[in-house]
Amino acid sequence: MIIEMVIAGIAVIGLFAALGLVLVIMERRVAAWIQIRLGPNRVGPKGMLQSLADTVKLLVKEGMTPNGADKFLFNFAPFIAMMVAMLLMAPIAFAKDFQLWDMNIGVLYITAISSIMVISILMAGWASNNKYSLMGAMRSGAQIVSYELSAGLSILTIVVFTGSLNITDIITAQADGWWIFKGHIPVIISFVIFIIAVTAETNRAPFDLAEAESELTAGFHTEYSGMKFALFFLAEYINVFIVCAIGATLFLGGWMPFHIGHWEAFNQVMDYIPSSIWFFGKTFFLIFVIMWFRWTFPRLRIDQLLNLEWKYLLPISMFNLLLATAMAILGWHF
Amino acid sequence: MFEEIGTNTEGDLIINVGPQHPATHGVLHLVLTLNGETIKKVEPHLGYIHRSIEKMCESLTYRQFIYVTSRMDYLSAHINNHACAISVEKGMQLEVPERAQVIRVIMDELTRIASHELWWGAMAMDIGAFTPFFHAFREREKINEIMEETCGARLTMNYYVPGGLMADLHPDFQKKVKEFIILFKKKIDEYDELVTGNIIFINRMKGVGLLSKEDAVSFGVTGPAGRGSGVSNDIRKLYPYAVYDKVQFEEILETGCDSLARYMVRIREMKQSILIIEQLIDNIPEGDFQAKTKAVLKLPKGEFYTRVETARGELGVYIVSEGGTTPYRIKFRSPGFSNLSALDKMARGSKLGDLVAMMGTLDLVIPDIDR
Repeated sequence: MIIEMVIAGIAVIGLFAALGLVLVIMERRVAAWIQIRLGPNRVGPKGMLQSLADTVKLLVKEGMTPNGADKFLFNFAPFIAMMVAMLLMAPIAFAKDFQLWDMNIGVLYITAISSIMVISILMAGWASNNKYSLMGAMRSGAQIVSYELSAGLSILTIVVFTGSLNITDIITAQADGWWIFKGHIPVIISFVIFIIAVTAETNRAPFDLAEAESELTAGFHTEYSGMKFALFFLAEYINVFIVCAIGATLFLGGWMPFHIGHWEAFNQVMDYIPSSIWFFGKTFFLIFVIMWFRWTFPRLRIDQLLNLEWKYLLPISMFNLLLATAMAILGWHF
Repeated sequence: MFEEIGTNTEGDLIINVGPQHPATHGVLHLVLTLNGETIKKVEPHLGYIHRSIEKMCESLTYRQFIYVTSRMDYLSAHINNHACAISVEKGMQLEVPERAQVIRVIMDELTRIASHELWWGAMAMDIGAFTPFFHAFREREKINEIMEETCGARLTMNYYVPGGLMADLHPDFQKKVKEFIILFKKKIDEYDELVTGNIIFINRMKGVGLLSKEDAVSFGVTGPAGRGSGVSNDIRKLYPYAVYDKVQFEEILETGCDSLARYMVRIREMKQSILIIEQLIDNIPEGDFQAKTKAVLKLPKGEFYTRVETARGELGVYIVSEGGTTPYRIKFRSPGFSNLSALDKMARGSKLGDLVAMMGTLDLVIPDIDR
């Protein structure tokens, strides 16, 4: 039992580090591709080891704590960000029968734990004793709390259809078709809302108001340097991975292969592709979409951001949930 | 007295934006009084990049002083030089050859396009879109190459001398400019697709940073910023210099008075500049590129004032001569300084994020403000 836990812990930490490195290099390559430049191409083959070199640099850098800062909270905040990201890994099914913790309230757990993220950002912003950080943290607080509602409601649509909060159940329910295909309009609406809301929840552009570098220099992590900054940076990317993994699990069938009706031969071929490839493929596709957003759209203003949530996304997703519930009760989905 | 740190007596947050801040594109220092996210007051502090260019010019000869002005508004170096060259020519009553006049106008317009492109990229970056910056620089690079061939520099270009030009055009000049025109016409539509039509962009720009026509006049806001408020102030049209009275082009006026109007003025102005270059590029007359002048220039006793339209607005050059080889006093009326003065009026009551967008549409070049 203990050995099992240790192995799981090491696996999570290893996955964590690997994902961080991969996502950073991916982001830089996607950005370079969109911005007609080459991107990192010096360290290692095709620049693939660039993020490793950056990590070493960050590790050996002095971790400064500003004079006026609240030392305990300032140093503690990055760890909360990291812990939240790690905890969120638990119920995610990475492949068939490969899950760290198959709990019966998986979805509820995810929405509950991801709310803690805002605490670390508020803590970092407040403890830095920097006005830019404080403003970034306040913006972020308002933003994450608002967008969690829409994200939660769009997740609920799937829960209503499946009738279960368990991640495994949700995936198994998609054996005959992913929810995005068999859930009709309500699922498509909630998928779009989910993507918008999680982009905002992870503080990614066009909703990156918490860091808004042209206004607030670097927002809540202005004062952070070295490994403490790296933890925030890593947590951001892991969060992007996690929300995309959740999106892939709920809407795109998790590790379920792509099947078309009665095309037996086609379905057989699809089954030969390992389930982990299906899962990571879908997740990285969503990650690419979110990166694409970041390098294409300008940033919203704080009042426009909140308008979008409270005046458009929230009413739409509430109505959508009602529609989905009616459909589930009347059995209108296949 | 202003307070630079902490809060004031009313409990408003006072923050310093700059002198080192990603939004200010230079060493501009703004002291903001904020109520939450809402701006109550903007107080620009200048002087961080003051190089006493006006004083320096007093000890330089009329041939030399022109080249210092490339360092004022470095994005419209040619146009600054043009203003100085015209004022010396006016004083000496020099006749500039037709060829030089035409080449000067082409160079000015290319400079204007390059400047507006950089503004477009930086503007998009200010409101959070990073990609346009690289797209803008891709086309700007072509202009830089053209400039490099003919005048040997890419940023602080020195090409104009009193009486004409320093050297003749590079043989490839016409070919390259024509290639650029074809390329740029395609790309400018791409710009519109990428930024202008974006719903987030329009929401960020529309109705933001309002500057009424009356305010624009009373603050002396010139150039595209003024024309966005409906003030007809294009020096090229109102007081034509060089060959601007012989080419067909439109003075762009927008009546929106907001950030979007100022943005649209510049986008449409780029198209007009292309139109001007198209008319002139095949009609560069043969002849001398420089008038015959003495080695040492002397201006008669008196005062001479010239105004030209730079990419940012009206640049005035005021020379007081005592009859010697150096000016007694030089004063530049720089467009950026007056445009910046309107920022407080525009920004009051809007959100912090919009301040950056407003500064972007004013197209501030800090060395032009400080000189």
